[in-house]
Amino acid sequence: MLFTSVDDVSARLAETGYLASPAVATTVFLADRLGKPLLVEGPAGVGKTELAKAVAEVADARLVRLQCYEGVDESRALYEWNHAKQLLRISAGRDETWDEARTDIFSEEFLLSRPLLTAIRGDEPKVLLIDETDKADVEVEGLLLEVLSDFQVTVPELGTITASRRPFVVLTSNASRELSEALRRRCLFLHIGFPEEELERRIVRLKVPGLDETLAKSVVRVVGALRAMDLRKVPSVAETIDWARTLLALGADHLDETVVRDSLGVLLKHQDDILKAGAKLDLDAV
Amino acid sequence: MSTAERLTSLVGALRAHGVRIGTGETVDAAQAVEALGFADRELLREGLAATLLHSTAQRPVFDPVFDLYFPRGVGGPDTGPPDRDDLRERLAGALAANDESLLARLAAEAVDGFGGYGNSPSSDGWSSYQTLDRLRPQTLLARVRDDVRGRQGMSGFTDRLLEDEIRRRIEAFRALVATEARRRVAERRDRDRIARRAVAPTTDRVDFLFAGKDRLAELRRTVQPLARKLATRLAARRRRAARGSIDLRRTLRGSLSTGGVPMKPVLRRRRPARPELVLLCDVSGSVSGFSDFTMLLVQALHDQFSKVRVFAFVNRIDEVTRLLRHGAADAEGLSARIRAEATLTGWHGSSDYGVALGEFASLYGDALSPRTTVFVLGDARTNMSDPNLPAVREITERARRVYWLNPEARAQWGTGDSAAYEYAESVEMHECRNVRQLSALVGRLLPI
Repeated sequence: MLFTSVDDVSARLAETGYLASPAVATTVFLADRLGKPLLVEGPAGVGKTELAKAVAEVADARLVRLQCYEGVDESRALYEWNHAKQLLRISAGRDETWDEARTDIFSEEFLLSRPLLTAIRGDEPKVLLIDETDKADVEVEGLLLEVLSDFQVTVPELGTITASRRPFVVLTSNASRELSEALRRRCLFLHIGFPEEELERRIVRLKVPGLDETLAKSVVRVVGALRAMDLRKVPSVAETIDWARTLLALGADHLDETVVRDSLGVLLKHQDDILKAGAKLDLDAV
Repeated sequence: MSTAERLTSLVGALRAHGVRIGTGETVDAAQAVEALGFADRELLREGLAATLLHSTAQRPVFDPVFDLYFPRGVGGPDTGPPDRDDLRERLAGALAANDESLLARLAAEAVDGFGGYGNSPSSDGWSSYQTLDRLRPQTLLARVRDDVRGRQGMSGFTDRLLEDEIRRRIEAFRALVATEARRRVAERRDRDRIARRAVAPTTDRVDFLFAGKDRLAELRRTVQPLARKLATRLAARRRRAARGSIDLRRTLRGSLSTGGVPMKPVLRRRRPARPELVLLCDVSGSVSGFSDFTMLLVQALHDQFSKVRVFAFVNRIDEVTRLLRHGAADAEGLSARIRAEATLTGWHGSSDYGVALGEFASLYGDALSPRTTVFVLGDARTNMSDPNLPAVREITERARRVYWLNPEARAQWGTGDSAAYEYAESVEMHECRNVRQLSALVGRLLPI
C-alpha cells in the first residue's frame, strides 16, 4: 500500500507539485488499494502523463514508460530475443551437442526485456506508464490483457513470469480510438477534465510563482470564459500555464484589451478560434 | 436498505440505461465503498464512478442515478416554510459568493417550500419546474452582478466575463433544484422506477425525432468523434480485406523458375475500391434533426469515399453537396441554409416522397452507377400521395445497393400515411432511431 487515505494522496502528490482534484485523488487511492490499473482519459494537456510521474516520485518508484504508436508490437512492448548474442554464443561453443546449445541460448541471459516485462520483473517498486494507448493497434490491446489482469507474461521458451511485486499501472488515452471493452473492464476509469476555477488558480500560482494573485485570478477567469465558447480547440491547463508565463515575460501587471489580443495566440491554436474569441471578448472595441 | 442492496440496485438502474457493468465491477465497487467509507459523499461518488463506468459519456447518467441511491439527506430541511423574498435574498448572496454548499442547501429549501403539489398520497409530488417558476432565479442576474461589482469594484478587463459567469452559476442552481426534486419524488415513489424514467438517457440513445434543441446541439458535437471512430473501423476492415485470394496466373509464371513447382504463391492484389455514396435526405421539419446529423456524419467521413453526393428533398429534390462542405464550421444553421438556398418545395410545403424520388430518377440518374451505394433517409410518410414505387425500383436497379434508414420505431411503420412497408418491399429498410443504432448501421452497411 502506498497511501493511507485519500487526503494522504492529495497531500503527497501536492508535495511533488501535482495538485490533484478530489476525483483524481480518490481514484489513485482506489487503484492502489484494489491493485488495479488506472485508465486515464481526458483532453490533451490536463496532466495525464504528469500524474503517473508524480505517483512514481511519491512512491519513490522507477517509472517504466511504454510510449504507444501505430505499429508498436510485441518485440517493442514485451520482450525480444537477442539474436546477435545468440549467434555469437553458438559459434563460440563449437563442440557442444545440439541439446546443450538449444537450452542454453533460450535463457534469461539472451532475453531483451521491453517495458511491459521490465515492469513486472524485479523487486523494487515500479510505476508502469502506458502512454497514448489509443494510438496502438487493436492487437496490442490483447497483449496488454494478460499483463494487466494477472501481472504475468508468458514467454514460450521460458514459461510464465509472474510479478513478485505488482507495479502501479497508469494507461493514458486521448480517446482518438475507442479502447476495447475487455481492456476497460480491467481498469479503473478516470476522466480528467478541466479543473475548477479555484484549483486551476492554485495550479497557476504553483507553476508560475512570479505571477501575482489578482492577475492569476483574471487569467483563470478568461480561460474559463474561452472554454465555455464553442471553439475548435479549447485551451487546456498547459495553455493556461503558458499564457501565465507569457504575461509574466511581457511584464503585464493587469489584463487589458491590447495584452489579451497580442497574446491570444498562446491560448488558441486556430485562426477561426482567435477571431471568434476576439469578437466575443470585445477585443476590437478599443 | 443495506449497502449491498443499495449498490446492486444502483447497478441495476445503470444497466437499464445501457451501461454495461459486470459482476466483477460490482464487487470492485463494493471494495471501493469499504475502502472509502461513507464520511465524504463526493469521494464515494468518484470512487463508484471509477469502478463502475468505462467511458466519459456515461457520466451524465451516473450522477443523477447516484444522487437517487445515495441521497444527500432524507426528507426536507427542517427550517419551516421559507419566505420567497427572503429566499431570493439569500440566493442572491450565495450566487454572488459562488458558495456551492450553500446553493445546494437553498435548492433543498426551495423545493421544500415551493415545489410541492397535490395533497392526496397518490397524486402529490415535487416539481422542479414549479419551484423555478416561483423563485425565478434568472431574474436575479442584474442584482447579483451589481452586488459583485459593488464589492470588487469595476475590475477592468475581466468585468465583461461576469455576466456569463453568473448565468452559469444560475444554470448550476437550476440543475441542483432538479436533482433535489427528483430525490424527493423518489422518496415517495418507487426509487427504481424514477431512476429508469426520470433520468435523461446518454446522448447516443436519444431518439432523433424527440430530441430537443439543446440535445440536438449536443448530438452535433458528437459527429466528429463518431466519424473518427467509424473511419478507423472502416480502415481496419479495408486492411483485412486487402489480403486476397491466390492469383493463379502470376503464381504459375513465378513457378517456372523453380521447375514448375509453385514455391511462392502470389496473392491477388486488391484494387482499393473507393465506392461512391449518394444520400437522399428528407429535410422536412418532422425529421430534420435526423437527416442533419446523418449528412454531417457522412460529410465527415468523406475521405473514405471517392465521391459523396447529397440530395435534399421535401417534395422537390435538389443537390446540396456544396452547402454541406463549406458548412462544416456552422452545423447549427445547416438545415436553415439548405432550405434557403435549395429548391425543395413545389406547390405546397409538405413532404412527398413519390414526386421527389421520381424527380431524382429522371434528373439525377447520372449520379447512379454500379459502384454507387444509395442511402435514403426519411420516415416514408408521403402525406397520402402516390409512393411512386416504379421510381424506387429504377433506382435500385441502377445502383449497387440501396438502403433506407427510417428514424421511426418499427412499430410505427405503415401506420397513418406511412408507406414504409411498401418501400421496404423493394429497398432494404432499417430502423435508425438514435446515434447508437446509426453508428452500428453505418459500420455495417457502408461499402468497402
